[in-house]
Amino acid sequence: MAAERSAAAAVQNLEAAEAGKVDPMKQFTIEPILGSDWQLADGINIAFTNSALWMAITAILVWVFVAGGMKRQLVPGRWQMAVESMTGFIDDLLEANVGAAGRKYVPYIFTLFMFILFGNLLGLVPVGLIPGVHAFTFTSHFTVTGVLAIMSFSIVLIVGFAKHGFHFFSLFWPSNTPAFLALPISLIELVSFMVRPFSLALRLFVAMMAGHVLLKVLASFVIAGGSGGIGTGVLVGVPSFVLMVAISALEILVAGIQAYVFALLTSLYINDAENLH
Amino acid sequence: MPQIEQIAATLSSQVFWLLVFFGLTFVFVGLGMVPKIMGTVDLRDQQIAGDLAAAQAARDEATSQEEAWRKRENANRAAAQGVIGEAKAKAAAASSIKLAEAQTRLDGRLAEAETAIDAARTSAMAEIEAVAADAARDIVARVAGADVEPAAAQAAVKEVMAHG
Repeated sequence: MAAERSAAAAVQNLEAAEAGKVDPMKQFTIEPILGSDWQLADGINIAFTNSALWMAITAILVWVFVAGGMKRQLVPGRWQMAVESMTGFIDDLLEANVGAAGRKYVPYIFTLFMFILFGNLLGLVPVGLIPGVHAFTFTSHFTVTGVLAIMSFSIVLIVGFAKHGFHFFSLFWPSNTPAFLALPISLIELVSFMVRPFSLALRLFVAMMAGHVLLKVLASFVIAGGSGGIGTGVLVGVPSFVLMVAISALEILVAGIQAYVFALLTSLYINDAENLH
Repeated sequence: MPQIEQIAATLSSQVFWLLVFFGLTFVFVGLGMVPKIMGTVDLRDQQIAGDLAAAQAARDEATSQEEAWRKRENANRAAAQGVIGEAKAKAAAASSIKLAEAQTRLDGRLAEAETAIDAARTSAMAEIEAVAADAARDIVARVAGADVEPAAAQAAVKEVMAHG
């Protein structure tokens, strides 16, 4: 009887340990919240998932943030100043990289930048402290970053061909270069051009995923160290926790930098299409 | 990696909802609000530039007005100096005329006084002669007992006085 009980307790402990184990990849799992059988057409499922929920939260927060700056006062308040500095930042970015023609892309680049920035930052908000709530970083999915990259790349292609026609292909042909050099260079240029959407999508996806995996791995060290006894708790758990705090700060920086890099590279690619050399 | 394991099951949902929410953000925020915010910024920049230009114009205007005022003031000062000089000259002329008049008047009075003094002196002299002649006749009458004619006494006195 006693042995049975202790065996049951051991199984329970094992199950608890299994449950308590941190799977660093579980945070990227997409789970349907609503309408898991919603279909756009036959076989095209459009369930409202946790990923979609965080996109919705991002969209609402971006809207709230920008709407707070719509007072249009001559002397701006703090909020208006913050929003104006963001639009001014994107405006300056396009002005510097594309020139005067870049102004018409401000709405798209601004939306892109704010959407990625808020998505990145929201994934770092510790809402996991509330039981049952899990943060989800939709920018850590290449399906999402891929769509964003394809949109940017499509704009480059559409603007390039609409503005320059087939002359747009001269983007790949280096000027003032002998043909025997220009031919291989143009091939390299073409490959590097075609790689752009992939590099754009993968850069953001990898940066966001790596940071979150690292944080979860360190969190598992904290838990394992703490449950391993006071000695390992102090030796492993505490330094891991300190490192987690530091890396969380770094991740906030990465969230901003990756959003900036995405917007910057998109504007650079648009410059190629807008101002063909 | 759920990103790859779930791709077949979730791709359409991910793409659909991203397009929905990114599209909504783009339409309402990017196209709806951002141009207005940038318009506000442009308006403010224009207003600041306009205010600065107006301030510069006002400053230039003030400088030119000050210059004009200075010129006018200098002219006024010169005119005032001229008026003062003229008045001074006029006053000097008038005072010199008055002085000359006073001088002649004084000279006249001096001359009158001198003639009066001379007359007084002459009459006094004549009286002294008469007194001296009388005294000489009395002296002669008492000492010599001779009666001298007044005319002779007078003549003798005159001779003595003339010789000093």
